[in-house]
Amino acid sequence: MAATKSATDSQVMSGADILVKCLADHGVEVLFAYPGGASMPLHQALTRYADKMRTILPRHEQGGVFAAQGYARATGKPGVAMATSGPGATNMVTAIADAKLDSVPVICITGQVPSHVIGTDAFQETPIVEVCRGITKHHYMILDIADIPRIVKEAFHVATTGRPGPVLIDIPKDVQQSQVVPHWDAPMQLPGYQIRDRHAQPEQIKQVAAAIKRAKRPIIYAGGGLNASEGSAALRELVDKTGIPVTMTVMGLGVFPNEHPLSLDMLGMHGSVYANYAVRDCDLLLGLGVRFDDRVTGKLEAFAKHAKIVHIDIDPSELNKNKEAHIPIVSDVKYALEALNKIVEPPEDISDWVEQCQAWKEKHPLRYDESFDGILQQHAIAELSKLTQDRDTYITVGVGQHQMWSAQFYKFKKPRTWHSSSGLGTMGFGLPAAMGVQAAFPDALVIDIDGDGSFQMNIQELATIHCEQLPVKILLLNNQHLGMVVQWEDRFMDGNRAHTYLGPIHHQEASGKGRSAFAQERYPDFVTIAKGYGIAARSVSKKSELREALEEMINHKGPFLLDVEVPYQEHVLPMIPTGRTADDIITE
Amino acid sequence: MRHVLSALVQNVPGVLAHISGMLASRGYNIDSLAVGETEEPNLSRMTFVVVGDDKILEQVRKQLEKIVTVVRVIDVSSKDHVERDLMLMKVKAETGEKRSEIRELADIFRGRIVDVGADELMVEISGRENKIVAFIDRMRPYGITELVRTGRIAMVRSAESNE
Repeated sequence: MAATKSATDSQVMSGADILVKCLADHGVEVLFAYPGGASMPLHQALTRYADKMRTILPRHEQGGVFAAQGYARATGKPGVAMATSGPGATNMVTAIADAKLDSVPVICITGQVPSHVIGTDAFQETPIVEVCRGITKHHYMILDIADIPRIVKEAFHVATTGRPGPVLIDIPKDVQQSQVVPHWDAPMQLPGYQIRDRHAQPEQIKQVAAAIKRAKRPIIYAGGGLNASEGSAALRELVDKTGIPVTMTVMGLGVFPNEHPLSLDMLGMHGSVYANYAVRDCDLLLGLGVRFDDRVTGKLEAFAKHAKIVHIDIDPSELNKNKEAHIPIVSDVKYALEALNKIVEPPEDISDWVEQCQAWKEKHPLRYDESFDGILQQHAIAELSKLTQDRDTYITVGVGQHQMWSAQFYKFKKPRTWHSSSGLGTMGFGLPAAMGVQAAFPDALVIDIDGDGSFQMNIQELATIHCEQLPVKILLLNNQHLGMVVQWEDRFMDGNRAHTYLGPIHHQEASGKGRSAFAQERYPDFVTIAKGYGIAARSVSKKSELREALEEMINHKGPFLLDVEVPYQEHVLPMIPTGRTADDIITE
Repeated sequence: MRHVLSALVQNVPGVLAHISGMLASRGYNIDSLAVGETEEPNLSRMTFVVVGDDKILEQVRKQLEKIVTVVRVIDVSSKDHVERDLMLMKVKAETGEKRSEIRELADIFRGRIVDVGADELMVEISGRENKIVAFIDRMRPYGITELVRTGRIAMVRSAESNE
């Protein structure tokens, strides 16, 4: 404070203005903010910076954070969301936890009750920093107005460096309202945050190159770290140089094109048979920006059982956490791959192995019943994929069957074009995330492929896409059920329906006694709902009309909802049941 | 296996809650946790006794290091070190005979009588874990009415600490 007293009065600013100016100075061009009592000064300040930053009003704070995530996931830049204290802040919690698990850089700013009433159970008071400790990468409560520039600087630094993640800034209303002459250049105080040396050592790179040279059955297991480090091109180069097949996690989809001959597509619980067989039989597993998640590995002891494991990740705590690596390397994965590409030589002869992988791919392709009389979810996605390949397209999804089918049947070419709540598996992610992607890329084709369960968890954001002129398209695969849970009921619980039908409870489907592959009645009427929000919509149920309906959606100028009637007895396959191995894979 | 970890942390609000919350939510078994200021007022020292195999220890250490306010973590027990625990204890001592016995035992353990009540004594004792436990065992027959311990603190000896 003393240092600032010599400045002139004209430089005095409110805490709210300082914080908002800091956001602008950090290059924030759009944020998603829902106002309330404790954040009103911030919103007033936002109006004064409207020429620098677009403020989008979501219709729920969770939608706001998911939109910020969509922005961050698509651009690689930090997304920003803002809410008021109490319920505004707690509404953000799920989406913050989601960002933590998927390593998404978001800055969440919450208003807090005035500092003199903190701890008195004041109106709309929650200890949001306490609530969020375990689900943020870092968190702050600003109690001294002089700390604002430093804390915002630290928040952006922490959120975007190393393994990215969410940072929470809680700022009491009186701090927003008080006045000070800001000290913009305050240095960061992060003695415990040293990420400078997260670079593979030359010795380690040599070890990896040697392992590749000796390998007979190598495979690359590529994850979200390749997105975070922008390592997609380096991965392509490694594959060009070595000819090693690639499989991707849900977070990794897009880092390597599905249509590449060496792509084995996704691995894991609902991954391809060929990817899972390849991991089962490989003698060298190159884990790049991955975390050996249980949905990928199934039974840990059996995963890549015969392989030498190389694990490269920027987060040291991921190494040896689930699966012990023979060559564990703490490194930015792009850095490591670029270093590797300089010295790597192809393995001596892996042609038999590559042929084996191709043979598996031909024998067990991702498939569905193309003769089905009606629209299958997989078919709708595959058609959409074909129709949008030549456009600048981004796909977001909710969580459940439609998510896995999208991962299987949409063919991705570029990183950051596929966005899924992967680690936390949050239903309702698709629409608000699409909104954030569209805000980042106004001219792109942004499509939320959603299920009727997931869609209704953040359906209020239809208002945002209409009012903010975000031309998001929604491909609603409407089976009237919570399809993934239904699938598990059918597979493991004798088909006993336990609250997985989304229509009225007296319907036969509610007790699992439906007589058709389709629900007999459709509830709610999504086309009418969309129209109520001012959004163009239509439904389609005939296979012969699907293509034309998809084209109408894609070519529509504004937002559009296409409600597709699909059956509820279709299962996502292949499937490896929890805790099992590739040998237990279910294919029909 | 029992390990003593020492973490240097930023002295900011909530750091203890953050660390204890992380340990609890990841299911690590912590035997003892002691916190206090250091020679630098903006840093605190936390000493943990962690029970688990090498894999668990590695994870605890990495998860601690991942917390932004944690500056450095040292596995003290992997080096030549000094370990101490401070205990205060009230023991029943109604008769003169018992009082002198307790006093004698406290002397042997290098403890001190720090308060004398009508029918009980308060003993202060510090030292390594096994010594403290041995003293507690000796005192049990007299009747321990209250016991409080600081938890383990530890420091690496000078010869090896110049890393």
